[in-house]
Amino acid sequence: MTSYADYTTGEPVTDTKAPTGPINERWDKRRFEAKLVNPANRRKHTVIVVGTGLAGGSAGATLAEQGYHVVQFCYQDSPRRAHSIAAQGGINAAKNYRNDGDSIHRLFYDTVKGGDFRARESNVHRLAQISVEIIDQCVAQGVPFAREYGGLLDTRSFGGVQVSRTFYARGQTGQQLLLGAYQALSRQIAAGNVEMHPRTEMLDLIVVDGRARGIVARDLITGKIDTYFADAVVLASGGYGNVFYLSTNAMNSNATAVWRAHRRGAYFANPCFTQIHPTCIPRTGDHQSKLTLMSESLRNDGRIWVPKAKGDTRPASQIPENERDYYLERIYPSFGNLVPRDIASRAAKNVCDEGRGVGPGGQGVYLDFADAIKRMGRGAVEAKYGNLFDMYQRITDEDPYQVPMRIYPAVHYTMGGLWVDYDLQTTIPGLFAIGEANFSDHGANRLGASALMQGLADGYFVLPATINDYLARNPHQESITVEHPVVQEVLAETEDRLNLLLSVDGDRTPDSFHREVGELMWEFCGMARTDSGLRKALERIPQIREEFWRRIKVPGSGEEFNQSLEKANRIVDYLELAELMCLDALHRSESCGGHFREESQTPDGEAARKDEEFSYAAAWEFTGTGEAPVLHKEDLVFEYVHPTQRSYA
Amino acid sequence: MKLTLRVWRQQNADADGAMSTYEVDGISPDMSFLEMLDTLNEELILKGEDPVAFDHDCREGICGACSLVINGDAHGPERTTTCQLHMRSFKDGDTIDIEPWRAAAFPVIKDLVVDRSAFDRIIQAGGYITAPTGSAPEAHATPVPKPDADFAFEHAECIGCGACVAACPNGSAMLFTSAKVNHLNVLPQGAPERESRVLDMVAQMDEEGFGGCTLTGECATACPKGIPLMSITGMNKEWLRATRKAAKR
Amino acid sequence: MARTMWDSSVGKKTVMAVSGLIMLLYLVAHMIGNLKIFFGAGEFNDYAHWLRTVGEPFMHYEWTLWLIRVVLVVAVVAHAVSAYQLSRRDIKARPSKYVHKKPRASYATRTMRWGGIILGLFIVWHILDLTTGTVHPGGFETGKPYQNILDTFSTWYGNVIYIVAMLALGLHIRHGFWSAAQTLGVGSRTRDRALKTVANVLALLLTAGFIAVPVGVMTGVVN
Repeated sequence: MTSYADYTTGEPVTDTKAPTGPINERWDKRRFEAKLVNPANRRKHTVIVVGTGLAGGSAGATLAEQGYHVVQFCYQDSPRRAHSIAAQGGINAAKNYRNDGDSIHRLFYDTVKGGDFRARESNVHRLAQISVEIIDQCVAQGVPFAREYGGLLDTRSFGGVQVSRTFYARGQTGQQLLLGAYQALSRQIAAGNVEMHPRTEMLDLIVVDGRARGIVARDLITGKIDTYFADAVVLASGGYGNVFYLSTNAMNSNATAVWRAHRRGAYFANPCFTQIHPTCIPRTGDHQSKLTLMSESLRNDGRIWVPKAKGDTRPASQIPENERDYYLERIYPSFGNLVPRDIASRAAKNVCDEGRGVGPGGQGVYLDFADAIKRMGRGAVEAKYGNLFDMYQRITDEDPYQVPMRIYPAVHYTMGGLWVDYDLQTTIPGLFAIGEANFSDHGANRLGASALMQGLADGYFVLPATINDYLARNPHQESITVEHPVVQEVLAETEDRLNLLLSVDGDRTPDSFHREVGELMWEFCGMARTDSGLRKALERIPQIREEFWRRIKVPGSGEEFNQSLEKANRIVDYLELAELMCLDALHRSESCGGHFREESQTPDGEAARKDEEFSYAAAWEFTGTGEAPVLHKEDLVFEYVHPTQRSYA
Repeated sequence: MKLTLRVWRQQNADADGAMSTYEVDGISPDMSFLEMLDTLNEELILKGEDPVAFDHDCREGICGACSLVINGDAHGPERTTTCQLHMRSFKDGDTIDIEPWRAAAFPVIKDLVVDRSAFDRIIQAGGYITAPTGSAPEAHATPVPKPDADFAFEHAECIGCGACVAACPNGSAMLFTSAKVNHLNVLPQGAPERESRVLDMVAQMDEEGFGGCTLTGECATACPKGIPLMSITGMNKEWLRATRKAAKR
Repeated sequence: MARTMWDSSVGKKTVMAVSGLIMLLYLVAHMIGNLKIFFGAGEFNDYAHWLRTVGEPFMHYEWTLWLIRVVLVVAVVAHAVSAYQLSRRDIKARPSKYVHKKPRASYATRTMRWGGIILGLFIVWHILDLTTGTVHPGGFETGKPYQNILDTFSTWYGNVIYIVAMLALGLHIRHGFWSAAQTLGVGSRTRDRALKTVANVLALLLTAGFIAVPVGVMTGVVN
């Protein structure tokens, strides 16, 4: 038997949908070339949308507005609770309202560079173009963005850029944008154009004759497993950061939808590209169930520092100015505290590894607002960041107006995801992936305030334009019923899996396995990765998987509301996905963005890319649980932004 | 910390429920309330018992999923969501009563989990601005005075958790409904649907079986996002205005 | 519009607010009239007679008074029926109580509901006692309200009923006036303190003004 790490390399994968020609004309060209569905015929097409976050919510609403019959799912009790709601800082758009030199091209450039040259130029440029329309759309929906006294929109600056292009609604931008999409979706639900299934979780994908034709989903209240059929399936199920157990993701965010799609034939791209966010509240103990983010916007006014001396245990207030090391300002004078996330996280890790970390266990650095309070006054700081300060105080019981915040990096976002072409279609025809669920726009590192932009760009503007083309080219698909042998097979597999989980009756809880695999991933596939560490993880994961199926204990039955069963079933997929993440990290022996291989760094300890070897997106094909997957490379071509060593100094 | 928990257990919507008593030990004051319940559930699973079902997701106070009445208070003794409540708010040896939201419009699904879909239907009745994708004018075409934008934001902060309904002796959803009405009605973009919005949303709210408002102020006291009681006054004003205008048409 | 009003919980609250304010207006006039008792039987009885001739010659004898009575009956009925229907809805909306009880939660609601019932019963007694004389202690004489009042407040129960009802009235107005302002949408953050002060002052003045009469009788100031 070959080991999992002995992957093979298959045919390269190419994006056949992206037009050629000048980059700023490609999106228009594609939209013109894409076939359209006659408005009268749209009602006859059913589209399944899984997830109701920024991408799913906006896609569901827009597709319904266009006349399609949308059947939409979310595991939450209401579409309004999708985890996009927790995004704090803001949304980027190249409006150039500040006249500070911003433009579509600069946003495009910043994003490609911020992603460490591992994203597709065509996609990123389209994203930058659409960013402008997103703001218009959201304002029209009543999203209460922050405004200046003149009544015009306010903006602020974010990491990795030198312009103010981030629109925000205090520290709750994600919430406000999501509610905008949710309200648009609600309007379509009321109109009967969207059939909404809350508390219903997708458990598998139905692929008939090579096309995505529906899903298997479980009603989380009754436990009933049902099938839903459509002409196209859209996955907007978010990222897979919860593989790490501790992350800033919601407790129930999970990878099941994308992983099941991957198992059914969709390639999974760049799974190791994980974003570790630099400003999270440090963990307090083993009981910790999740980590809480402190918005990156805080780095606009807060200064990050640690004591110059190792093992300095004095309280912050007793450390004099000349014994403090404002290390980001020191190492990166031109970007200072606003360097991109991957760089800020790694710098924090480095100073903590040197023994200069602060707080319990030395796993933290200070984010200090003393200067900002002195400069702007407490009132102004409160107006800008009040809710974040309150949240910090509630969690830590420390007053950030008096003592500096303590922060530490945490898993936040996954740039990797299902491989999609320019149309956001996966390698399974009829299966689309949008938002964080796909891999397309952020390369190896996502810039702050770009996730909201991408989710809404995909949902409001890209997918509704491109899905037409697929449906127009496949107007009359054979109708399927639950009796179809493929459907029966998928259904049976799902039921068997759940029954097996319930029948093991072992002696370990689902959480204990989740925690174990999460800790393993954090150690070996977290902020810094090595060949030997990744190999260790690859050896350990199958053992955990084997133990899982021997010792898992899931109480209750499948025919009821059973949160333990939901959890256990998600862990089944984490235990396979984790393996692929480690393999991807192992095979990519360069450092880039959030993927830092200790073997590949510059003399100053920065990520060193190997463009001649790794200037590609790695799209993995599933071959079986624990079996070596096949790697398909998509070469990245840079015509407009030429890869250089990123410099923020 | 060692605590005694009295938790509402109810197998499903149709079953009768009752309070069950559990002891938990080794609770750290830094734990969140939900992490304390996680600890209890881990023990229950290993003992082969059914863990306590409760809604939760983001655990950072914004999704609005968590929904526990703790010692008679929606979201417990602090003005925050249950997930942001920490055990340092309790003392070693305390007995804590944990119950679900109680309202006819929020039927219990299991244990501490309730069905809040009535809120979604209130929003579906009119809690939106009709602005189909692609139809939006340039964002700066309509300036919004800062006080209006701030007013809208303050009401848009509602997380739809339902604490207002849980705390109200009448099980009224006025604060929830008014938050959305005020958010959208103050904005110039919301003006064209200003009247139908408030009339339809209030009608749906009544339809769902929520109680009326007697202005006890319990909703605003329980609201983790500080939606003010005056929000209800604002909605009443909008409703009367809309009713008068509708009569003239 | 009437239909929309009556069918909606917010509309019904409006009915309560408007009818409540009509009654409040009447009570202010009623209290001022009552205080005339301190100026002797002549002035008080003349005032009572004037109430019947108000508006003459345009209005016939007692027409104005009956008009006021009709308005009041409509207000009382509308107020009570709305209150009853809204309370029914409220109780139905919260069928099961919390095991862990918090007494403060329903303070205002309870005082309004029980206070309202007390006031309703009081009005019936009050009319039977001093308007129709049906349950009047001693010989009721039409046109001699001064003596009738002395009779009522010479009994212990007359005083008790009246004073308890007036205290309930004070509490009812205190929450009711402010509440009506919110229902009618005239409350605001800047106006809230003023509204609460007006509610308190109104409640205090009316309660004190009404209770002054039995106290006057009891202490012999009025005899």
